[in-house]
Amino acid sequence: MAIISRGFHGRRPPAGRKLPPGQYETTGFPVLSAGPTPWISTDKWELSVTTETGRRHSWDWAALTKLPSETPTVDLHCVTKWSKFGTRWQGVSLDVLLADVETAAEYVLVSSYGGYTTNLPLEDLLDGKAWIAYGYDGRPLAPEHGGPARLLVPHLYLWKSAKWVHGLELREKDIPGFWESAGYHNYGDPWQEQRYRGD
Amino acid sequence: MARTAVSRRLGDRLRWRVAEVTERRAESATAVTLVLEVPEWPGHLAGQHVDIRLTAEDGYSTQRSYSIASAPDGTRLELTVQRVVEGEVSPYLVDELMPGDQLELRGPVGGWFVWQPEQEEPVLLVAGGSGLVPLMCMIRSRRAAGSRVPFRVLYSLRSPAELLYGPEIRQGTPGVDLTHIYTREAPQQSARPPGRITPDDLARHGWPPDFAPTCYVCGPTAFVEKAAAYLVLLGHDPERVRTERFGGGED
Repeated sequence: MAIISRGFHGRRPPAGRKLPPGQYETTGFPVLSAGPTPWISTDKWELSVTTETGRRHSWDWAALTKLPSETPTVDLHCVTKWSKFGTRWQGVSLDVLLADVETAAEYVLVSSYGGYTTNLPLEDLLDGKAWIAYGYDGRPLAPEHGGPARLLVPHLYLWKSAKWVHGLELREKDIPGFWESAGYHNYGDPWQEQRYRGD
Repeated sequence: MARTAVSRRLGDRLRWRVAEVTERRAESATAVTLVLEVPEWPGHLAGQHVDIRLTAEDGYSTQRSYSIASAPDGTRLELTVQRVVEGEVSPYLVDELMPGDQLELRGPVGGWFVWQPEQEEPVLLVAGGSGLVPLMCMIRSRRAAGSRVPFRVLYSLRSPAELLYGPEIRQGTPGVDLTHIYTREAPQQSARPPGRITPDDLARHGWPPDFAPTCYVCGPTAFVEKAAAYLVLLGHDPERVRTERFGGGED
């Protein structure tokens, strides 16, 4: 029973493209984050995966970029309402990174350089659904977009795709991350419009 | 209902409400303040925003977020909207929406980019263009709460014609020191030549890092990227620099 906005016509997305509810298309690439952009040199960069038993796996920049990479083209949906179609990335699938990790955990707490965190179910990182991305549109990923490397989980709202990714902690129990603690939805499916807790 | 597990207050806050426009006020050639009456508005913190939903006659619907400009004041809420050329929503809000019209909104939303009167540390506000809106809410909330926490404000704008909240800004607020940074055209009496914000501006008119202020930076992406990076460069703890960016999209 939405009220009709007198005289509002709006702009429909181009035919054939589907926008999640409440979203609009942008052709720019907006930047959203809670604080200053951290600048991390690839010499010092490291990604770690820690299991629920405390076993730690880590990759430095050389090790990450030596792994087989993919070039997914995906749509992005930000909780602040913009969607961007057909973005082109380069990165390593989480299936590759987690292939030899032994775990019974069901959840992941992702942490970033700069202190940001976000949580998601482990299964949302597997089966070709997520990448550690270090290239965007044929170039190294810019710092304001999360470079040198960010998580990319395009089927969830973009705050789950943690920029400046640093660590993945595999956990038996789920705990909320930064925005989830601040009232955002714990899961964040754009198609269900899970923006805020209670949506 | 799936929502029974949600605490009542939160569920209530995120319910879509029908607000009525009671007044519009031009703030500049391209920005307007909409005064809304929102029945059962639960109140808000300075820096929070609302989601607005517009629906066309054929059912097409879209949403945007807008910062709240007014200090908490019962069921009255003010939003300041800057018209974005080629925008889908802001031209409608700025040009079409009239007193008596209704729109749907929900909120308040946001718990990070906020200032609360209990905070005792000095505050630095750095605004780029309409990034002033949530920061103005902080200034107004400080005044409404009778807080004496010292504020310093750097307000970057293209030219005097773009000044938001002109009369209120010119009148000033005790304890709030405001510096204008004109980027393209400065008034004649201005000592600083026009130009984008520099580390020197922030060092000169902001706080020394050892005062440990909380810094709030809001504006277009490129502005926020620069200003926040300069603050860190000047020695401010990144954890004390909170940012809110807009732009890059159409609205």
